[in-house]
Amino acid sequence: MKRNIFLISVLSLFSIPVLTAQTALPKIAPSINTGDTSWMIVATAFVLLMTIPGLALFYGGLVRRKNVLNVFMQCFIIVAAITIEWIVCGYSLSFGSTKGFMAPFIGGFHWAFLNNISINELSPYFVSHSQIGLDGKAVGTIPHLAFVMYQCMFAIITPALIIGAFAERINFKGFLVFTILWALFIYNPVTHWIWSADGWLNKLGTLDFAGGIVVHVNAGIAAIITAIMLGKRRDYKGHAIPPHNITYVVMGAGLLWVGWFGFNAGSGLAADGLAVNALMVTHVAGAVAAMTWVLLDWFIDKKPTVIGISTGAISGLAAITPAAGFVGVSGAIIIGMIVSVICFCMVAYIKPRLGYDDSLDAFGVHGIGGIIGSILTGVLASPFIQSAYSGAIYGNYKQLLIQFIAVFSTIIYSGTGTFILFKLTEKVIGIRASDKNEAIGLDESQHGESAYNNFD
Amino acid sequence: MKKIEAIIRKSKFEDVKNALYDTGIEWFSYWDITGLGKSTEEQIVRGQVFQSSYIHRRMISIVVRDLNLDKTLDAILDSAWTGETGDGKIFIYDIQDTVRIRTRESGPEALFNKE
Repeated sequence: MKRNIFLISVLSLFSIPVLTAQTALPKIAPSINTGDTSWMIVATAFVLLMTIPGLALFYGGLVRRKNVLNVFMQCFIIVAAITIEWIVCGYSLSFGSTKGFMAPFIGGFHWAFLNNISINELSPYFVSHSQIGLDGKAVGTIPHLAFVMYQCMFAIITPALIIGAFAERINFKGFLVFTILWALFIYNPVTHWIWSADGWLNKLGTLDFAGGIVVHVNAGIAAIITAIMLGKRRDYKGHAIPPHNITYVVMGAGLLWVGWFGFNAGSGLAADGLAVNALMVTHVAGAVAAMTWVLLDWFIDKKPTVIGISTGAISGLAAITPAAGFVGVSGAIIIGMIVSVICFCMVAYIKPRLGYDDSLDAFGVHGIGGIIGSILTGVLASPFIQSAYSGAIYGNYKQLLIQFIAVFSTIIYSGTGTFILFKLTEKVIGIRASDKNEAIGLDESQHGESAYNNFD
Repeated sequence: MKKIEAIIRKSKFEDVKNALYDTGIEWFSYWDITGLGKSTEEQIVRGQVFQSSYIHRRMISIVVRDLNLDKTLDAILDSAWTGETGDGKIFIYDIQDTVRIRTRESGPEALFNKE
């Protein structure tokens, strides 16, 4: 190798004048940007932090003490199971490509088991930072594997969000099988539609910066379908069953908020101005939504509640997710306010009227938050953030239509797909916990453990 | 010897404790209890307001000599009173015997309060 370099340099001494004469711009090999890569590694850790322990604490605090370990366990096993699913074929099906008529709908198996991805290869996906590779194709500035692992965390948190809908009454085996099937057949295709280069919604021009549709709408719809199909908890009397540990809820909401900086500001796949804008709007939308919710609480129900402020923050963070790379501070304030009011009405008034038991409001907060955010992205997207994208208020009504199409098709696909997978799991292995097990609590009946003991 | 078990408001616990100290009760045990009753307490979860029938109170348990019964009862009655529904109840039991484990003394001598 060294001798080759020596030879080349000796030869090039003579050939320099010839080379400059022939090609004005010598090709530069694309290189890994260390700043972008460092940020992506940190952001990946942040997004993992959202599931464990963020979401686990948020949901675990909201259930009764007899079910808290079950919720923690569901979050934890999703991390393990979906990571395996992701490297086996999930990544390839989501972001890979295939030939033929299926190309816009699902990826192939080219990257199964992370085959054909070398450690110094650059990510084929990029948002704002790109460079021209030696083969003339544009590539990103981070290693391909950084993108694989970052997206792995998204694949993990999406099914974990659904836990909120069926908490406290699901059989663990049924839950695990359903979740893996859901990740394979619902998450992967929808991700491919919206984020992969071949995806039909991507080609249509759907704006989803960090997963408002892929993560929140997708999981939210699956949540309401599973909540309805699984039926109510045996003790559900049409109103929330009081949470067992609100301090957990606050810790969980706080960790989710921190993690969301990685979720949204990492989705630009670079450490640049766009990432900082995403971080800023994420923070502002979360704060505005939290404040709005707590004021509603205060005026309508007379007391500013702690669960209220936590829930409000999450609704704002969910709604800003698709918009993070497209709106500025004013958009973040509008989205935060609107989503908080709608989610409040949803969980306080509409849900009790409709009578379904979405235990922890996975649909009411994440689903509705995602839908509102994704549609408002089509309204508020500002050309001052990314010049190529604008929304209805800047005269681009087509963007709003595209957002509607993307949200609607995700709702239809996720809804029917969840229905089929749920029925299948129910028929083959059973999914509802027995009445007795539900009464004992899922900690004891499913895992043989209990969270709070009095042993010295 | 008598055992007094009193269900009192949690918010009145400090008052009752001080009144008992003033009466000369040096040691008693207590624990938190939850009851179900006709009266309800308002609860708010995520904007939904609903009535919860769980009532949280504190139970205190004291064993006294017969001659101290009345003044102990008075102390509790005066200090736990607010006049609103839900102030609590007092139950009085006869105690057959008391034994102090360390010295094996029995009878009223074995109580914490020497008089």
